[in-house]
Amino acid sequence: MLDDFLTRAALAGVGVAIATAPLGCFVVWRRMAYFGDATAHAAILGVALSLTLSTSIFGGVLVVALLMALAVSSLSGKGYAVDTLLGVLAHSALAFGLVAVSFLQGVRIDLMAYLFGDVLAVTRTDLAVIWGGAGLVLALTAWRWSALLTATLNPDLAYASNIDPKREQLILTVALALVVAVAIKVVGALLIGALLVIPAATARPFARTPEAMAVMAAALGAGAALGGLWAAFHFDTPTGPTMVCVAAVLFAASNAVALLRRAV
Amino acid sequence: MSLISLEHLSVRLGGNTVLQDVNFTMEPGEIVTIVGPNGSGKSTMLRSIIGALTPDHGRVKLQDGLRIGYVPQSLAIDSTLPMPVHRFMALPIRVPRAKIVDALEAAGVAGLADRAMTDLSGGQFQRVLLARALLGDPHLLILDEATQGLDQPGSAAFYRQIEDVRARLGCGILMVSHELHVVMSASDRVICLNGHVCCEGRPEIVAEAPAYRALFGSGTQGALALYRHEHTHTHDDDHDHDHVHDHKHDREHSH
Repeated sequence: MLDDFLTRAALAGVGVAIATAPLGCFVVWRRMAYFGDATAHAAILGVALSLTLSTSIFGGVLVVALLMALAVSSLSGKGYAVDTLLGVLAHSALAFGLVAVSFLQGVRIDLMAYLFGDVLAVTRTDLAVIWGGAGLVLALTAWRWSALLTATLNPDLAYASNIDPKREQLILTVALALVVAVAIKVVGALLIGALLVIPAATARPFARTPEAMAVMAAALGAGAALGGLWAAFHFDTPTGPTMVCVAAVLFAASNAVALLRRAV
Repeated sequence: MSLISLEHLSVRLGGNTVLQDVNFTMEPGEIVTIVGPNGSGKSTMLRSIIGALTPDHGRVKLQDGLRIGYVPQSLAIDSTLPMPVHRFMALPIRVPRAKIVDALEAAGVAGLADRAMTDLSGGQFQRVLLARALLGDPHLLILDEATQGLDQPGSAAFYRQIEDVRARLGCGILMVSHELHVVMSASDRVICLNGHVCCEGRPEIVAEAPAYRALFGSGTQGALALYRHEHTHTHDDDHDHDHVHDHKHDREHSH
């Protein structure tokens, strides 16, 4: 079954959607969409470094994404507004990454594959990395779920319950870097942010609890991945961007339905 | 053993010394109220106790296994976060629904379990916060300006409920309040804070203390201090207070 590249692509897309859903909810609740972007843009630098050092792409991206996420989270609140920090760090990392890649002569690499993903080229090993990473991210968020929610609601409320909000922030940061490293093959560095934010935002009008929102986001993300794959195959369009397009259409539909329900 | 004790506590925030050499202990079952002008470090003191701030000098000692119920000054729930009352009550520790329903009823907000937190009125919201803080059966209940945003009858009813809580659960209660006339009569002890502990003791004694009068004027039991106070109390650190200010309309800042 795994011999079929379409099956592998579908499994990869669903795996990434499930991992990004709960994290995407926190990204939306904590208003840290910028954070996902900064981490993802740094991934290109990770790609360049791992090609230079001939190490695994996954490892290189993970390390650079982690460093980036830690840099943003420790620098925020120290002089610059976070959106300014994002502008500096995310785009510099992307620029340095693109420049670094251009030095890599000899190895002909398809930059597009890392910017927009290449889910049709997913191998069995990639699949193992994606599902392994997704499992780890899910386990991490499930384990810290209540503490993360409390810290998101109010840091002082967390402290009073013996939860350290800074530790929870760190756990989120690590999980986010992991998701970026896992998802780069599927949607690419430029569109990971979309996969984090759009399904969560789409689920919001219909969710009455945080848990319901995370589960719905996972289902919507998986739907967007499968729908995008199908559409890309039929219309011969790039797969990663098509997935994001389907997610965006679902978002628009969700909000239209919510508006109609309110009007009735 | 004391519930909490602060030993020579000093806290600096953003280059300003907010608290300096504060000593304070609290016994089980006591109701203690902290009063003081804006920027006097009241919230800072509470936040040091719950561990949200690290002292620069001195230390905060908590009784072993102390359970704290905390009612924050304000709680803004982001509109993207769907949070029904029953889920909020069960954070961070899962609680059976029956217990939540009982707790809401005891707090005078029965039947709200399935409402969204963002749909509650100010008074309902504060009562839900209190009910949540009490769910964990705390040894110490901490309230930071818990009646902010409530009207006079609303806050009077809220404080009656606090007294009822002590009578029922026997927990210690530490609160910050501006509503001196309501709070002082309900307190066993009042701490008058202005960067350091100016004076402390039984409410009627503190109300007569020169340091307290210097801060709050010599109004009737402090009631007048709500509206106007002049203070000539100066410190060598840079606490700037308006010399006459209208507390009713001032927002509380904790630096």
